[in-house]
Amino acid sequence: MIADTASLHTFVQAFHFIADNPGVLLSKTGDQLELSGAALGIAAGIALPLGVILGHFHRFSGLAIGASIFGRGLPSLVLIGAFLTVLGIGFVNNMVALAVLGTGPILTTAYEAVDRADGDAVEAARGMGMTGAQILRRIELPLGVPLLFTGIRISAVTIVATAPIAAIAGGGGLGDIIVNQASYRLSGVIAASLCVMVLSAAVYSALYALQGTLTPRGLRRTTLDQAPLSRKEQQ
Amino acid sequence: MGGKPVIPNFGKGSSCVTGDHFFCWDWVHQHWNDTLGPALWQHVELTAIAVAIGFALAFPLALLAHRFRPLEQPIGVVSALVYTIPSLAAFQLLVPFTGITWTTVEIALVAYTLVILFPNIVTGLRSAPEEVIEAARGMGLTRRQVLTRVELPLAVPAIIAGLRIAVVSTVAIGTIAATLLPKGLGYPMLLALKEPTPFKTEIYSTGILAVALALACDAALVILRRALVPWARRSA
Repeated sequence: MIADTASLHTFVQAFHFIADNPGVLLSKTGDQLELSGAALGIAAGIALPLGVILGHFHRFSGLAIGASIFGRGLPSLVLIGAFLTVLGIGFVNNMVALAVLGTGPILTTAYEAVDRADGDAVEAARGMGMTGAQILRRIELPLGVPLLFTGIRISAVTIVATAPIAAIAGGGGLGDIIVNQASYRLSGVIAASLCVMVLSAAVYSALYALQGTLTPRGLRRTTLDQAPLSRKEQQ
Repeated sequence: MGGKPVIPNFGKGSSCVTGDHFFCWDWVHQHWNDTLGPALWQHVELTAIAVAIGFALAFPLALLAHRFRPLEQPIGVVSALVYTIPSLAAFQLLVPFTGITWTTVEIALVAYTLVILFPNIVTGLRSAPEEVIEAARGMGLTRRQVLTRVELPLAVPAIIAGLRIAVVSTVAIGTIAATLLPKGLGYPMLLALKEPTPFKTEIYSTGILAVALALACDAALVILRRALVPWARRSA
């Protein structure tokens, strides 16, 4: 199945592949970003409001926390396969499967971000006569930004890194190259893999930068790196 | 498994199979021994080896990071980087070094488990309250005794939480290994997807098996935690 000899030389060839075929790689990267962006949009659109509302009322913590554990247990391949039987081969199927995959982390962290917002600050706000909506908008959400973004980041990286699997189900994107060793040879496969890695690292950093600008000034130094889930999952 | 894939045989088989109905029990029954059973078993093997080796590596590393704090950040950064490697790509990236082998698959899976287990174990070791450690020191426990008698037992819930995530993710990522090697539950799934029209029964049955395996492992670890740390039972 592989014609290439196994060595570091293959990596050198991979870089040659990148240099020789920038057009193909770029257009496939574009396809992949489009798919991932759509999936992340849907996942965030569903999970963010749901998580925030559940967190605000401190209800259904089991559901919110279980979502990310359950999400990890759902193999991407299974999701894509299962949706394929319903939605048929193509963009929509892959988008829905990836969106389902991305929902878990966002839901869990959105819940925790709001649920765990500083209790004293919330009490004080209530004492000042703020309504529930005001507390959510002015206290809980700004305080929760670092954690909210941690969830979005995890979800984005998961989606971008999983998107190549969509190629198995006619998805397009860089995965097309990765699963088609017969045409692109191992060097092409590795070149595409490297592109996926760079892409997910880039998405991660971009979201990290965005998070920095959205975090209230007082929180910036201390909580940018809050570990997600660490406390609740231990119980 | 070996040899040519037998599935699905549109020529023979029941009307359910030839018509690709929603779910055909007879197909599952007929192919349990030659397809589903072996795939499930290979998947268990794949997961068990990866988690065992991952834990064997993560545990001493975490102890080291716990003892020498400056080490934690570099290890953490490397871990975060590993997690951005797409699973589909991870298996391919190793091929130039280890070929299309079981080893390649395991190295990738071990890397993912390591990344999950390490931070969880470190967090667990840190979770012992300051007063408890002070008290232990006051009672004359040595540093090693504090570790084995106070910090480690208190870390067990966090370690098991990490193991749960690691096992469940490994079962999931393990299905992708089939793109490299015809092993595990991902393989029948891939074959079913590659049919001219995807064969529903095979997709569903392998999918259900994969999810069931993940849930079963998770449940087993929850039971293990109850046995090991009965005092840490949730809220009651």
